[in-house]
Amino acid sequence: MFKVKNKFFRQLIDSVKDLIPIFAVIFVFQIFILRQPIPDLGDIAIGTVFVVLGLTLFIQGLEKSLFPIGDNMAYAFAKKGSLFWLMAFAFSLGFGTTVAEPALIAVANEAARIAAEGGMIDLSDAAKTSYALGLRYTVAVSVGFAILLGVLRIIRGWPLHYLIIPGYIGVVVMTFFAPDTIVGIAYDSGGVTTGTVTVPLVTALGVGLASAIQGRNPMTDGFGLIAFASLTPMMFVMLYGILI
Amino acid sequence: MSSWLNEISSVLLSTLRDIAPILSIIIFFQLAIIRRPFSHLKNLIIGMIYVIIGITFFLVGLDKALFPLGAMMAEQLTSDSFIQPSTDQSISIAWRDYIWVYVFGACIGFATTLAEPSLIAVAIKAQQISAGAIRAWYLRLAVSAGVSFGIALGTYRIVSGTELYLFIIAGYIVVIIQTMFAPKLIIGLAYDSGGVTTSTVTVPLVTALGIGLASSIPGRNPLLDGFGLIAFASLFPIIAVLAYAQLTEWLAHRTQQNPPDKGD
Repeated sequence: MFKVKNKFFRQLIDSVKDLIPIFAVIFVFQIFILRQPIPDLGDIAIGTVFVVLGLTLFIQGLEKSLFPIGDNMAYAFAKKGSLFWLMAFAFSLGFGTTVAEPALIAVANEAARIAAEGGMIDLSDAAKTSYALGLRYTVAVSVGFAILLGVLRIIRGWPLHYLIIPGYIGVVVMTFFAPDTIVGIAYDSGGVTTGTVTVPLVTALGVGLASAIQGRNPMTDGFGLIAFASLTPMMFVMLYGILI
Repeated sequence: MSSWLNEISSVLLSTLRDIAPILSIIIFFQLAIIRRPFSHLKNLIIGMIYVIIGITFFLVGLDKALFPLGAMMAEQLTSDSFIQPSTDQSISIAWRDYIWVYVFGACIGFATTLAEPSLIAVAIKAQQISAGAIRAWYLRLAVSAGVSFGIALGTYRIVSGTELYLFIIAGYIVVIIQTMFAPKLIIGLAYDSGGVTTSTVTVPLVTALGIGLASSIPGRNPLLDGFGLIAFASLFPIIAVLAYAQLTEWLAHRTQQNPPDKGD
């Protein structure tokens, strides 16, 4: 029991250290550059306790649940040897975690507004809703496809940059054909798709697969799933912009 | 007090809603396809509860303590009354007027990335897998430095009005060249670190900065020019992590080649 407590406290101190820079930046700018008092000190103090506790609990839970789940499923799928079900799992994981992501919903609604103001779609709410929904499904399918492709790469042992660099070239080429209004959103959509629960799970899955399959190195082959999940949405969103 | 309870319950609900699809996919595949019960089920459940409560507390705390203040500061730093645009008519927008915006962007990008939970997770995993050859803390510092530079450059781009894609293409070219020379072990991790930097903490503050900046500068459309900062924050960490690996390798190489220096 004492040992558990000890670990928890160590993690608590680590969390405080992780968060000090944010508070330092905000306080220094507020007091010395903007020269204004800090409002609601009480709220800030309680909020800080929440943030520190939350980060500590999250990291403890990470090692207790998200990492082992990703690991165990990777080993189980590798043992089962069914490529089809592994691919199905990879796609559902990418699609399912993305389609309801709040950050993505916000970006899709914003994009619909821009498209309506730019005259690309009708100004009516119905048109905007269907545009935003279409965009969300586009991104979700692209992330599902990304995880699927990433898992296939780990199994086959393809070098990561053989796939990523052509991806970059694809993004660049599409930039010239996509409508200007969608380019910024497309570039940003790559960053919003990977949430706090998805990242550890997907990382553990990739590293677990690379450890379970003979001849793969967890370090060179295990990472890269997140990279795919950040790249494909850019291409799919631009494609969506070109087609609609 | 009741506002806190309200906030906690609504954030808890939305966290549960986010996690529900992930959990159902995992449970379905585990039970229907793999057809084996979860091992250490009790631990998994406890851990999952930690994760859910952890994320909830983290978000509630950020919402209450940091985001309002950070967003307000981003607004003030980009407002005319703080910047006092130069009256010199020969230059319409002096990029130097916005120097504090770049400094703030760099600092806040660095600080928020250091606290980003997904990055901490990937860094822990990388340290475990590499048996300590990659130190979690240094990896996080490298990524934070990349985000910091990316945000500073991104805010400069909004002020100067240069096209977004020029910077992104140039960045990709740098990444491709670095990939050819960087140690193979780091490449996957470096590419991944681009995607993990921008989630819970960084995005809201950085978006407020971008939109505030684009709305205060004449001739910029906040809807068009406010975007793009996230892209910068995802690209430069890749460059920073590759550079970190190259530097470490180069230093190790140099000490290997000059063993007599060891005595100094």
